[in-house]
Amino acid sequence: MTLIFTFIQKAIGQGIAILFGATGEIITEKSGNLNLGVPGIMYMGGIAGLMGAFFYENSTENPIPIVGMIIAIICCLLASALGGLLYSFLTITLRVNQNVVGLSLTTFGTGFGNFFGGSISKLAGGVGQISVMTTASAFQAKIPGLSKIPVIGDLLFSYGFLTYIAIIISLCATFFITKTRAGLNLRAVGEDPATADAAGINVSKYKYIATVVGTSIAGLGGLYFVMEYLGGTWSNNGFGDRGWLAVALVILALWNPTNAIWGSLVFGGLYILYIYMPGLTRATQELCKMLPYVVTIIVLIITSRRNKPENQSPGSLGNAYFREER
Amino acid sequence: MNNKEPFVRMSKRDGISFGKAWEIRLGAVILSLIVCALVIVLITGQNPIDVYKGIVDGAVGTNRRAWVTIRETVVLLLVAIGLTPAFKMKFWNIGAEGQILMGGVAAAAFMIYFSESMPNWLLLIVTFVASAIAGLLWGLLPAIFKAYFNTNETLFTLMLNYVAMQIVTFCIVFWENPTGSNTVGIINSATQKGWFPSIFGNAYVLNVILVALVTIGVYIYMKYTKQGYEISVVGESQNTARYAGIDVKRVIIRTMMISGAICGFAGALIVNGSSHTISTSIAGGRGFTAIIVAWMSKFNPVAMVIVSLFLVFMQQGSIQIASQFGLNENASDIITGILLFFLIGCEFFVNYKLEFRKNKKED
Repeated sequence: MTLIFTFIQKAIGQGIAILFGATGEIITEKSGNLNLGVPGIMYMGGIAGLMGAFFYENSTENPIPIVGMIIAIICCLLASALGGLLYSFLTITLRVNQNVVGLSLTTFGTGFGNFFGGSISKLAGGVGQISVMTTASAFQAKIPGLSKIPVIGDLLFSYGFLTYIAIIISLCATFFITKTRAGLNLRAVGEDPATADAAGINVSKYKYIATVVGTSIAGLGGLYFVMEYLGGTWSNNGFGDRGWLAVALVILALWNPTNAIWGSLVFGGLYILYIYMPGLTRATQELCKMLPYVVTIIVLIITSRRNKPENQSPGSLGNAYFREER
Repeated sequence: MNNKEPFVRMSKRDGISFGKAWEIRLGAVILSLIVCALVIVLITGQNPIDVYKGIVDGAVGTNRRAWVTIRETVVLLLVAIGLTPAFKMKFWNIGAEGQILMGGVAAAAFMIYFSESMPNWLLLIVTFVASAIAGLLWGLLPAIFKAYFNTNETLFTLMLNYVAMQIVTFCIVFWENPTGSNTVGIINSATQKGWFPSIFGNAYVLNVILVALVTIGVYIYMKYTKQGYEISVVGESQNTARYAGIDVKRVIIRTMMISGAICGFAGALIVNGSSHTISTSIAGGRGFTAIIVAWMSKFNPVAMVIVSLFLVFMQQGSIQIASQFGLNENASDIITGILLFFLIGCEFFVNYKLEFRKNKKED
């Protein structure tokens, strides 16, 4: 029984980073932009927050956890928003193909993260690995009192605050997309930009804002991984393919952020299932690690087969909108 | 005062002379090199001239380094060539990474299990065929679903990359050498079975010859055959293709088989021709970079050679810079990223021109 609780707890820990990425990507995709740069953005957000905290902790005698935390969040949001802005500028204003820009952004962002993660400590004249224990402690702080309750406390209240923020953001995003006027406009832009344009909606503005907000949220996923999961250090390529899993989760969630919440739990669980499955050899463990991707492919095929309009990707996903070429 | 004309507006160019287009691209390259230099100088605090000397030295400084640059260039070129038919059809195959890995696994399997039973030339040919078939199957899967169910190929091929990666780690468990290292090590390092033979005393000449042959083959196929023409019609408009009596499903499946096979063959080129081992990192992001190479070159093979050479040159150079200044090797990804942003951004200025608001006198 305790094993199952530990499994769920660990699955949530794995899933939250993916949830941030998926929520951000859903908002972006609702505007018709397929941003394949999300994995890179998550690396950039993570390392920017880490660097911000690192320089703060190095510059003061007694760093205060809360201040480091705020600096880390601001740096993370800035870096990932800048990445989103670059993507938007290239795809919307300069009209470059979205896939090409996204993949370049991923190459750049991953390199950016691994480069600075690996050498920032050295460049700053120190030795060893980058480490921001004090700031990380603020991210890892559990809810006092509630987390002490047996079983329920462990299962529901034993996480840092970013976990709860991730869920709140997802719920808000669903509310925004389905219940507000701006959300309706956003969906219109994603489904058919020409019609939205004719209705007087500023297509470029919606695309820009949705992409930048989306990448900012995705960047928090990187920060979560670095601060709460790794405890304020960096390991090269440690974030791995979670960024692509976030892109996959968008499909599993059928472009609905609320679905992404339980979807992230499923992905988190599948991601670590091989540790908890009894009777696996080393070889079958590797096959077990395939599961998240295989599940995504199956969902992708089923949704394309069922043709239910509300479960489909936005109509103009991946296509640029040029007013004069409609 | 109601001047409603925006400060700057853009208009599509009617046509641009060949020279002018390349002038703009050259400008972008120079600009990107300046930005890269600035970044390197900010990080290392070195004189930018020295930095670029270091890059040139790292890429072509010695005979060996120059050949490594050539070897990496032809692999990137081969993947880009492989992706071309699919992209021409507007099929976003971003699964080249997985197709390379599958080809690599097949090649490694033949090197390990069949090196005793056949002579080297036969082994090489069999390996090429096997790796091409492995890549072909990996490309066929999303193509079938695209053709019949219109399943999104971008995400399908992307996911297959990771399935392929797990298949590689699965195989490594059985092939690891020495036991417990979790790596395969150099395969047949004593007998050199399944390795590319040296031609003219150089181990990498065969790589160049093979890639050149495939490049010419694909060029002719795309430009002068009926099938190549069908691909471009399907890419332009599926409805037109259907109206003209082209079997769109068949074209999609056939084209992806070709594309996958060439990418799979690239896996053999890497395993047999340069790394002589198999790991999840043999593709090393080439599948993604090649997409950008193919797209940026507008599928023109000469441009593809130039773009891949430029990218690999800068990569190899920045690897050298990184080790020279004790930085980690990911610096080259940052450099590549910056170069790509400039190169893909400049296409806008080739296709569009900006017109600034003229200062009209109020009357």
